[in-house]
Amino acid sequence: MFEYCTDPKLIEGFQWWSCYLTTGKHMSFYFSFVVVLGLLALTVPFILLFGFTGALARRATFAPIRWFGTIYTSMVRGVPDIIFFLFVPIAMDQGIEIIRHKIKCSDWSEPIRQGNDFVVCAAAKMPLSSSPQWVHETYGFMLATIAFAIVFGAFAANTIHGALGAVPKEQLETGAAFGMSPKQIFRRIHLPQMWVYALPGLSNLWMILIKASPLLFLLGVEDIVYWARELGGSKTARFTYPHGDWRLGYFMFLLVFYLFLTWISEKFFDRIMHRLSRGQNTAAGMS
Amino acid sequence: MSCFETFTGYALRSIGIGERLLPKTDFTLCDQFVLIGSGMIWNVYFAVVALSLGFFFAVALALGRSSDNPIARIPSRVFIFVIRGSPLFIQFFLIYEFFVMIPKMGWDINLGFIEITVETRWLTKAWLGALITLFLNTAGYTANIFYGALQSIPKGDIEAAYAIGMSKRQVFWRISFPTMLRLAWPSYTNEAIFLFHATALVFFSSFPAWRQEGDALYYASYFADKTFNPFVPYPIIALYFISFTLLIILGFGWVDKRLNRHIAPNK
Amino acid sequence: MTFTKLMAGIALVALTTTSAIAGSHTVRMGTEGAYAPYNFINDNGEVDGYEIELGNELCKRAELDCTWVTNDWDSIIPNLVSGNYDTIMAGMSITAERDEVIDFTSEYFPADPSSYVALAGAGAEATTGTVAAQTATIQASYVASSDATVVEYATMEDTIAAVRNGEADSVLADHAALKDIVDASGGVLAFVGDDVAIGGGVGMGVRESDGELRGKFEAAIAAMKADGSLNALIAKWFDGRDAGY
Repeated sequence: MFEYCTDPKLIEGFQWWSCYLTTGKHMSFYFSFVVVLGLLALTVPFILLFGFTGALARRATFAPIRWFGTIYTSMVRGVPDIIFFLFVPIAMDQGIEIIRHKIKCSDWSEPIRQGNDFVVCAAAKMPLSSSPQWVHETYGFMLATIAFAIVFGAFAANTIHGALGAVPKEQLETGAAFGMSPKQIFRRIHLPQMWVYALPGLSNLWMILIKASPLLFLLGVEDIVYWARELGGSKTARFTYPHGDWRLGYFMFLLVFYLFLTWISEKFFDRIMHRLSRGQNTAAGMS
Repeated sequence: MSCFETFTGYALRSIGIGERLLPKTDFTLCDQFVLIGSGMIWNVYFAVVALSLGFFFAVALALGRSSDNPIARIPSRVFIFVIRGSPLFIQFFLIYEFFVMIPKMGWDINLGFIEITVETRWLTKAWLGALITLFLNTAGYTANIFYGALQSIPKGDIEAAYAIGMSKRQVFWRISFPTMLRLAWPSYTNEAIFLFHATALVFFSSFPAWRQEGDALYYASYFADKTFNPFVPYPIIALYFISFTLLIILGFGWVDKRLNRHIAPNK
Repeated sequence: MTFTKLMAGIALVALTTTSAIAGSHTVRMGTEGAYAPYNFINDNGEVDGYEIELGNELCKRAELDCTWVTNDWDSIIPNLVSGNYDTIMAGMSITAERDEVIDFTSEYFPADPSSYVALAGAGAEATTGTVAAQTATIQASYVASSDATVVEYATMEDTIAAVRNGEADSVLADHAALKDIVDASGGVLAFVGDDVAIGGGVGMGVRESDGELRGKFEAAIAAMKADGSLNALIAKWFDGRDAGY
């Protein structure tokens, strides 16, 4: 990065550090913080979507939809996320490719499973093997987002389901007494009033989500933990900047980062909670 | 090898009883079910011991956090914040590094009828070291849940108790504590599930496995590695976890009913 | 249902993006990026190492357009067979079990013995005490079958740390990977006991259904063996080792 970095063996002290901390690998490390935060931010709407869908499905009057909602929330909550990520993304990827294969290569006669191999026609590959690396990375990123959303959506569904049930019945009955249709009651009273009950659970979920980011590596996204481990591991003379086992230092840095993120999040949720509680019939709202 | 023989040979393999060598070729579904199930012994052990010991520490921390005395309040608050603010795998790493640095020593402790040697080297083994980590972790999370519940206890209940002449002690054990449990129980159930799932991390990224004795995920990834097929062992271990999670939900649900038995049902 | 709409939306995007222009076929080369000197991430954050340089040369000779992909070691074979990349060059020894699932080219690195490393001054008994190995490696199963007590760590780094802090008496791993570490330890670590021969040479893994690609690389490897450039490359990355191809 700096001019004096051309031969790191000759420099030491501040110069060595300034060169070491600005290597391309460290840049990837810094960039991975952006990636992780971006992915977390991107996942939230999907989690809420899956959460709402799951919660509404569990309240559905049509039994099969209700079963679907119950099975989704209890199955996914029953499996540790780490195990879920070890096989579900590959399965999703193969599923998408099978559908594309059926549509695009209907004249293909060979079987998709040849022994151990999973073979689809070149046009069905997702993404195409000719597409540039960024397409592959974006696709992997999308897959990771969906996988995260499925897992955490199940927990969100549980929280939202509970919150929908916690809204005092009298409020809904008042709506009905004013002549509102069920749809109006849901959208104007039930949904807005639900948030104050769902927020503590959802904020807790967000805290858990932040700390699940190391699992991203299992999904092929090179996250902060991957780079910290990669950078902290001892480097022999083969590398430009040889050093011993520095994982402790890097992990301490991650610890500070996570604590900071938690602290910011707590402040943020406290403010929202304060605003939502205004005028509510709860302990915090009454004070 | 019949499935029964597999069972007798491997059902307790994860704790060092049975066949010395793991199956190497021709893996049957039975092999996978038995060995992964054997590994579940570890997951259940970690979860049960960490949760039951963590419960008491959590109550103490929650009381400390809501205490007026800064000597009790500040350390509890910092502890809860650090535990809740950092990923479990970093806690595993840091605690393992710390335990490794402790000099290896041993003390003989005479219990009257039997003399045992307590050794610091146990700390670097999963059965103790990982257990301590999980114990601290669940205590931190649970303390926060209990603290929130303590804050939500209706003031009137406590004032009424004092008014009829209960002592501080009596108020705590007869009013605050049961109400706290009742309010905290649904969230505590979630925490128990999360902790149970977190036991899968023990051998995956932190503590070493001795003599190929590991938890369910250790054996599942062993099979995934040998058969190169993730679609058999991982669904099996998922099935095990789902069943045990259902047991947790049932057990905690039963306690919840008992805690709320004096309250009229909603419907 | 919003859910079905969403799924339909995802499916639609998945089905319509990057419509088929399968003309220029890029070969995606899978590697681990954590096994110096075979493959590693260098200080610029790029994949580097013996296999990367060799792979690029092979692609040039076979007139293929290649790109590198890193993947976790544990799932490197499942991702190959499900088609996420087309080859594996990750210091992977050719073994009978792996050969049942995927195909290998002929070896491009001779069978490397595995060695024990212990603290300097330890005797040969270090190899029969507590021996550290990386989880799910051929060394781990070798130690498990021997009289020694195996202790498995998630990463190579952890196994070395275990020897340094006395948790394990010695570590068993590939000689080439250990040599770098012993050299860099400043005399703290040393090789101990006899080497053991486990596993075959290192080859490139391809899908069994991908015979055409395997043929191209096979020819390129044979050509590099014949004109001595493979020997030169090995000597460059492995301290002047003479592979004798």
